[in-house]
Parts: sequence; C-alpha cells; structure tokens
Amino acid sequence: MAEPHKKAEKIVPASSLTPDKIHTWPFLVRNEFIMGVVTLIAVTVWSILIDAPLESPANPARTPNPSKAPWYFLGLQEMLVYFDPWMAGVVLPSLIIVGLMMIPYVDLNPKGSGYYTFRERKFAVSVFCFGFLILWIFLIFVGVFLRGPGWNFFAPWQEWDPHKVVALTNVDLNMFLAQHLGIDMLRDTVVQAVFGTALIGAYYSLIGVFWKWKSKTIEALQELGVIRYGIVAFLFLTMMALPIKMVLRWTLNIKYIVKFPWIGLNI
Amino acid sequence: MNLIKIKAQYEEVRKQIVDSYVWKSIFRHGYKDIPRNRVLMTASNVFLHLHPSKMRRHGIKVSYTWCAGGLTFLFFLILTVTGVILMFYYRPVGEYAYVDMKYLQFDVPFGMIMRNMHRWSAHIMVILVMLHMFRVFLTGSYKPPREFNWVIGVILLVLTFLLSFTGYLLPWDQLAIWAVTVGTNMARATPLMGNEGPLAEQMRQLTGLITPRYDARSLLTAGTIVGAPTLLRFYVLHCIFIPIATAVLIIVHFWRVRKDGGISGPL
Ligand code: HEM
Repeated sequence: MAEPHKKAEKIVPASSLTPDKIHTWPFLVRNEFIMGVVTLIAVTVWSILIDAPLESPANPARTPNPSKAPWYFLGLQEMLVYFDPWMAGVVLPSLIIVGLMMIPYVDLNPKGSGYYTFRERKFAVSVFCFGFLILWIFLIFVGVFLRGPGWNFFAPWQEWDPHKVVALTNVDLNMFLAQHLGIDMLRDTVVQAVFGTALIGAYYSLIGVFWKWKSKTIEALQELGVIRYGIVAFLFLTMMALPIKMVLRWTLNIKYIVKFPWIGLNI
Repeated sequence: MNLIKIKAQYEEVRKQIVDSYVWKSIFRHGYKDIPRNRVLMTASNVFLHLHPSKMRRHGIKVSYTWCAGGLTFLFFLILTVTGVILMFYYRPVGEYAYVDMKYLQFDVPFGMIMRNMHRWSAHIMVILVMLHMFRVFLTGSYKPPREFNWVIGVILLVLTFLLSFTGYLLPWDQLAIWAVTVGTNMARATPLMGNEGPLAEQMRQLTGLITPRYDARSLLTAGTIVGAPTLLRFYVLHCIFIPIATAVLIIVHFWRVRKDGGISGPL
C-alpha cells in the first residue's frame, strides 16, 4: 500500500510475488489522460491538414476499374482470386469469426497467461501470427498497393494500365492431370467430382491420421481430447487451404480442385 | 541549492493561489494525497469508477497493453461526437446525400474538419481494434477466466468492421457505392441463401424465394443494386443500430474486465 504523500513508488518486477498493487488514481488515470490528450491533438492536427476524399457523385452506370472494397476487407477480396465467392466471401469469413471465438476454448495450455512469451506456447503463437500477419495484414497490403485494373498485379512504381492483358491460362486440376498424366477419364464431369471429393477427403483425413500417429506421444493432444483436437485441426487445415491454393495457382495455374456444376459449387 | 530555492518559490506561489479568495470559492477544501483519498477519487466519480480503485502495477504499462483497448474506446467516443455533428447536416436520400457532403465541406463552419475527423478516426479505430486483439492474443489474456470476454471482443471486432463498412456508403460518391457494391456482392454467393450461391437453383424451386430481389444480398442492399434504398438502410444501421449494439457490448466488455479480475497478468 502506498504511504501518504509518497508520489513515486519503487518499481517491483511484475513477476514478483509481493503484492504489487497501485492506486488507479493517480497512476492509471494520469496515463490515460496523457494518452487521451496526445491522441486528441494528433487527430485534430491530422484532420486540419489532410482532407478526407470525396470523389465524383455516385454513378451506378460507371464502374471504376479496379473496384476495391474498403481496405480492411481487401484480404478477403484477395482471396477471391483463389476461391469462388461463396468460399472467399461467405464461408471463410464465417469460419474466421467462429474460429477466433473458439480460441479460448481449444487452447488449454495454462502457460503464457498474462505475459508475452513465445517459448511457452510455440504452436498457438505461430499459427495466430501466420494467420493474422501474413494471411490478413499482408494480403491487405497486397490488395491496397499491388492490385490495379482487372485486379492484376502492379508494382507500386508501375503505372496502372487498364489495358494490360494477362493471359488466362488457369486450368482445373482434373484437366491438368488429364493433360500431363494422360488420364483421360478425369475429363468426365462425374469422375472429376468423385476424384476431387476424394482428394479433399484425403486432405481432411490428415486430421485422423495425425491423431492416430501422435496422440499417444504428444501429451498436449491427449489433454485436448479428440473433439477439441478435431476442431483445431479442421480450422488449421482450412486456413492452410488458402496458401496451398495460392502456391498451386502461382506454380501450376490450377483453378479448381473439384467442381459440382449441378449445385454451382466449385472449390 | 538552486533547485531547493525554485521549489520553495513554487510552494510559495502555490500557497498563494490555493489560499486565495477566488480559489477557495471554487474548491472548498484541499486534496490530501492519502490512500483513502486516492481510492475515493475513483470510487466516488461516476466515470472513473469504471476502474477498480487499485490495480496491478504492470496493468498501466504501455508496453503491456499498448493502450490499444483504451484508445479504441476513445476513438469510439470521438466518432460518436463527430458523427452526431455530421448528422445535423446530412440527409440519407439519394438526391441530397452527396450535395450535403459538399455543403458540409464548403459551407458549414468547421464542417470539413468534423468530416475529416470522423473519417480518419474510423480508419484508426479499425486499426486499433485489430492491434488490441493481437496484443490480447500475445499476452494470452483470453485464457481462463477471460474466455468469454474474448468472445465478446470478437463480436466487437465484427461490429467495428460493420460500423466502418456501413459508414463507407454514406458520402454517396463513386468510392462509396462501388466499395459497397464489391462488399455486398459477396452475399450473392451465400450457400442456400444467395441467388448465385451453391444450391441457389434448388432453393429457388423449393421456396420460390432466393431471386436477385429476395436473397441474402438484397437483405443488405434493399434492392437489386446499391441504390437509394441501400443508402437509407445503411444510414439507419450506421447511426442507430450498430452503434447501440457496440456501446452495449463495450459496457459488458469493460464490466467483464473487472469481474474477471482486472487486467490480466502473470499468476
Ligand atoms: C470496440 C472494440 C473494443 C474496445 C473498445 C475494447 C476495450 C478494451 C479495454 C479498454 C480493455 C482493457 C485493457 C486494454 O486496454 O488492453 C480491454 C481488454 C480486453 N479485451 Fe477489448 N476492446 C475491444 C475489442 C476487443 C477485441 C476485438 C478482443 C478480442 C478478440 C478483445 C478482447 C479483450 C480481452 C480478452 C481483454 C482482457 C485483457 C486483459 O485482461 O489483459 N477486445 N478491451
């Protein structure tokens, strides 16, 4: 407890076992006040110096190229390159929200609560940082700075040429395999649907394979239990589907893994 | 020494001010810096008693919280104040909205600054809320007993995006309608409920709904295109529904921070 009239108190390390309570007034309130005033001055100056954009009046008949969503959604818009809208615009965003909400219930590691640490929760921190910094923030940067007309790539110093032609050489996986491995059967719509489903099934069956393989040896997995493990693994593999499709596109120009034309569903 | 002399002089001036007739007429008695008074400062002030009267020392460190949560709240307040001012001059009608923006920028005293502040603060709030989430993750602050406050946080994250997104349409310029067109187009592809999504055809036959006029997207846009009805819908959502929902959840969020034992920390 603070002594009367004692303003500055001795710094006690946060990890110390001694009670290290301080009074909110004046210590926290003072910090909040300073931060608040500095922030208010900063936004006021900024608002005096730089005007918010206002373009020409809304005109439904004139579509700008490119049309970009607000910057914080450009990660999602970027996903549209690799997935159909029902995936990139609906399913994946919903899974992001649900997945975020589940984090506290599937991360049972008691360590690393209330302090910064990487060593004590390597898996959790790596996966979150990959998802947040690369798949969310980095893709926003790509969308804001590197995408121009036709959603084509432009380096920041390149001029946006609306007539830039990029050859559309994307092929679906079944056609790719039919061509390169000579499996003509795969050209058939039904066969490719079965084949593609099997492929995706195999991808997600990694969940079970890994469990069978490691659940006995990795203690954290036993603690997690099969259901929570299944949720984590499912969300993880779904997240990794994005970089996997990105690499497939860049290297082999693959578009769809599987198509179900009867219900308008392609992955 | 010189310092001592300055201090004595300062004390002298301070005493003269504090003992003056005018001062005494405003502040009836002095503030004695004792623990009891410090506690009372927080406990007997309706705004400050949001805080506990004592807290753990590291909780006030900028290096721990990055101030991100508190600043997010400050920006929510800035946006509320500047937003209400803008509402005095803005009519969410197709014919008027854009003209009102011009009027606000050129004729309303301080209109431009208010608009700038509202716009820039909105961007900053989105950045801050993402940073806040990132820091809460890195400190493992969602771990027991704070699981549910994290869930509330995720809802606040989504609400912040929606606040910003609905506001994006209101200037009714090219940037606005096309960004919102790109954003709402996603909903067209909602499985089952979007008119171009997987299983749309089947749902259409089953229910007679799920047409371009009646599907998940038109629920947002109030029509087949982003037009005047969309503007009104987004305005109501932006100025009434989402801010109220956000404010309520922020209250719950703060209350939970206290009930869960204050800012997280080791042990
Ligand atoms: C409108 C948005 C939000 C506001 C105004 C807000 C405000 C705050 C404030 C003022 C605190 C106190 C500590 C601090 O400043 O860091 C806090 C703590 C917390 N917030 Fe938020 N927050 C928001 C969104 C979120 C989001 C998006 C998440 C996570 C997904 C989240 C999760 C938490 C958790 C778990 C705590 C407790 C942290 C601890 O005890 O160290 N909040 N929030």
